[in-house]
Amino acid sequence: MAKITLSHLKHSYYPNPTKSEDWALKELNLEWDDGGAYALLGPSGCGKTTLLNIISGLLIPSHGNVIFDEEDVTDLPPEERHIAQVFQFPVVYDTMTVYDNLAFPLRNRGIDEETVKSRVTEIAEMTDLTAMLDRRASGLTADGKQKISLGRGLVRNDVNAILFDEPLTVIDPHLKFQLRSKLKELHQRIQNTMIYVTHDQTEALTFADKVVVMNVGEVVQIGTPEELFETPQHTFVGHFIGSPGMNVLPCEIKNGAAFLNGSKITTTNKAPKDIKKAEIGVRPEYVTFSDKGIDADIVKVSDAGRFNIVDTMCAGQSVKLLVQEGASIPTGSAKLAFAPNSTRIYSDGWLVGEGGAK
Amino acid sequence: MLELKQVVKKVGAETHIYSANLTLEPGSFNILLGTTLAGKTTLMQLMAGLEKPTSGEIWFNGENVTGMAVQKRNVSMVYQQFINYPNMTVFENIASPLRVSRISEDLVKKRVGDMAELMKISAMLDRHPSELSGGQQQRTAMARAMVKDSDLILLDEPLANLDFKLREELRDELPRIFNERNCIVGYATTEPTEALLFGGRTAALHEGHVVDFGPTGEIYRHPSSLLSAQVFSEPPINTAQVTKSGDRIILNEKVSWKADKALPDGKYTIGIRAHHVLPKKENKDAVAIDGTVQVAELSGSESMIHFDAYGESWVSLSHGVHPFESGQEATLYADVSRSFYFDQSGKMMNLKAGGA
Amino acid sequence: MNKTVNQKAWFFVLPVLLLVAFNAIVPLMTVVNYSVQETFGDNVFFWSGISWFEQVLKSSRFHEALGRQLFFTFTILAIEVPLGVIIALAMPRKGPWVSVCLVLMAMPLLIPWNVVGAMWNIFGLPEIGLLGKTLNTLGFDYNYTRQPGAAWFTLILMDVWHWTSLVVLLAYAGLVSIPDAYYQAAKIDGASSWSIFRYIQLPKMKRVLTIAILLRFMDSFNIYTEPSVLTGGGPGNSTTLLSIDLVKIALGQFDLGPAAAMSLIYFLVILLMSWIFYTVMTRNEDQ
Repeated sequence: MAKITLSHLKHSYYPNPTKSEDWALKELNLEWDDGGAYALLGPSGCGKTTLLNIISGLLIPSHGNVIFDEEDVTDLPPEERHIAQVFQFPVVYDTMTVYDNLAFPLRNRGIDEETVKSRVTEIAEMTDLTAMLDRRASGLTADGKQKISLGRGLVRNDVNAILFDEPLTVIDPHLKFQLRSKLKELHQRIQNTMIYVTHDQTEALTFADKVVVMNVGEVVQIGTPEELFETPQHTFVGHFIGSPGMNVLPCEIKNGAAFLNGSKITTTNKAPKDIKKAEIGVRPEYVTFSDKGIDADIVKVSDAGRFNIVDTMCAGQSVKLLVQEGASIPTGSAKLAFAPNSTRIYSDGWLVGEGGAK
Repeated sequence: MLELKQVVKKVGAETHIYSANLTLEPGSFNILLGTTLAGKTTLMQLMAGLEKPTSGEIWFNGENVTGMAVQKRNVSMVYQQFINYPNMTVFENIASPLRVSRISEDLVKKRVGDMAELMKISAMLDRHPSELSGGQQQRTAMARAMVKDSDLILLDEPLANLDFKLREELRDELPRIFNERNCIVGYATTEPTEALLFGGRTAALHEGHVVDFGPTGEIYRHPSSLLSAQVFSEPPINTAQVTKSGDRIILNEKVSWKADKALPDGKYTIGIRAHHVLPKKENKDAVAIDGTVQVAELSGSESMIHFDAYGESWVSLSHGVHPFESGQEATLYADVSRSFYFDQSGKMMNLKAGGA
Repeated sequence: MNKTVNQKAWFFVLPVLLLVAFNAIVPLMTVVNYSVQETFGDNVFFWSGISWFEQVLKSSRFHEALGRQLFFTFTILAIEVPLGVIIALAMPRKGPWVSVCLVLMAMPLLIPWNVVGAMWNIFGLPEIGLLGKTLNTLGFDYNYTRQPGAAWFTLILMDVWHWTSLVVLLAYAGLVSIPDAYYQAAKIDGASSWSIFRYIQLPKMKRVLTIAILLRFMDSFNIYTEPSVLTGGGPGNSTTLLSIDLVKIALGQFDLGPAAAMSLIYFLVILLMSWIFYTVMTRNEDQ
């Protein structure tokens, strides 16, 4: 187990990057504590897999260093970094039994059979594989195979970190739920550093203590799931996290305050005086119907079971609301109120003003 | 109108569909909801005519079409994989179904143009599928399915391979797109939330059985059976054995609550969806459930708490952040006024749509 | 899956069916016809029952030819399969060299069989051939037209040169279909190169290797053109394989009855051995 430090890390797949688009990964500095659960979250092509491959050693970064505890491992190959990885598509050794699969990393390291047996038995119990130990690995379902992949990482006690690369992609939806909570449970049990890469916000947010949100090769925000939800530093985070995402409404700025269609909107932050173009960001959870507020027309109400998603048109822009099941929803026109503590001003995408400057 | 009358599909000794009876109205949006291997794809292939039923009949607009080849029916399909012709441009891809019938080039252009606009891919008409994102590829496939005015459009988990946010975006647009057409839509999905957002009618499928069929919201709030409720719950619905005796419903010696008088005495299975089991008492009817927390998943806006109580696994889904340690003793509150009662055969016994 | 019955489908298969009938079934029936009768020309036939079969099966000439055939086939299999796998493993899997290697590998396969025979015939000549002259200059007494050992050496070398590529290409196709994740996982698990080969590459190549072995077995068991051009079965009968012997009996001596009986036995041997190969090699798949 180890603390992971990424220092001035940058990567480009081109030999001589010139433009900013040439960088698959823009400069980043990170420190990950020993035993934490982390997630890299972002849409496809955001650089999260590049970053993962740099950590695992499959890719050597163009600039910067990867440090495990005090040791610089930037140039070390994967096998010398003592990491384990679970891939998108399950990797098992088809011809071996489940037992032999789990024993494989230990036997490769010349560990005696007695220790192998006790470790494998212990891990099989943790990953619910005990009943299948004698079966051929090729006969298992996708979720069983993913458990084997994970188990091969867990059996070793020299592992610095376990990396997950979209591990639930090929798992049936109704089993995803089980495997997801299993992973969380395992992390709490063995307290190993785990890094989880995904495009799925639910997986990232429920698994990780800290999430790194990435977009076009750049880290947009690092924070706890609560921070990402409550105070997005960038409209991208607001949009990408939460379902539906944050409402982003272009507004006018006068004396640092935001105005929407002439009405003043109370926000937590103030815009600097020189800013002209700005947006208001407010999550659908924090927009409510009220007696006084901004006029809006109700366009559509979608029943999502435990809540309703209400689409409205407000000052020529689409504003979504999340309304609990059973709460009354007006028809036709209504007035909207934005919760002042959760309404913020963004400019050029970034949160502005005190506490919000990049 | 498409009718399936006692349609059975067997492959070898295995039965894939057990006597399905479904009536799909013209212009309706019909969701086939169920897990993988529940029979959604088989049912769609039977509807399209790609497969022939082992027994039973399929009628379309008063005509028996059982066994009629798919080419002779006016059907379109969209699959989970993005299936497009790789060597054709997006325009040619969308136009391809029109090329079979002799339509003037002007009309082809107009219809492809309209379709592309509806699917928001007008700017990509000259590109090849490989130059598009996953979402755009699937939009192209859908545009192709809809361009020829089919009587029946079947979509088999079309959003499953898309990124989370793209899925959300298309989910938002699809009902609007289909609203304007008078064709029958069949849409297979594994996700209850997707079914709810689309509305329309839902057929709940479980291991080859159609366990429920009706307006989506009604099926969700008043499932006819335990199986239907299980198919239509994400996270899984909490279940427990209870006994009704006199005016009490008894879960065990410590936990009981007031019963509805109309319910006969006897043993029942209750079903309570995860969002009616909360870490705080928010409803006067909620009963306390003491358990041991397995794991708490906190997403920042919601908390999902998995816990064991009285020999069952329970899930609680609540707003906000409610941290719990694994192994911690905790009390959670189940709003039993929102619970379903199922008799020993699994039949729903609630008289009114109380639960959800 | 049961498909809708479509009678039209038969029309599409019909031309091929006719072609196969004229190409295979009719000649085969002719052979069967010859194998159970005796003819003295002029279309006069006498029923001879299974006597031709008995004669062939008992003749030491057939036993020897079959023995040589088996020796040839198993030798080339023992060389070509491992060699093909080794070459495939050594080939690059990415980059500009891939196509260069593939073209180089495909080259021997493109040369007509009789040309291959002729090439090696000249190549091996002790006085003027590059191979023959070089070997003799180096002090080896090499003359494939007179020494059975040298003839066998040349024959096997020629076949290895001609056909190893096929194994290489098939094995290579199996190798490139292995996702990178497997290699990455193995590295992380600390697997040695041998373990990677044993537990990842070999299992993933199994299917294509089965096909390669079957193809090479059947082809080499049938081989005629190349040895016929190279050695003509000589010196003496030392490289007379089954097919060459068969042609000698049928066209050299015009013993149509025994030749027909031998053809059928030959055919059944190939069928039987292919079946055994296939069963043994795919036995473990369903476990």
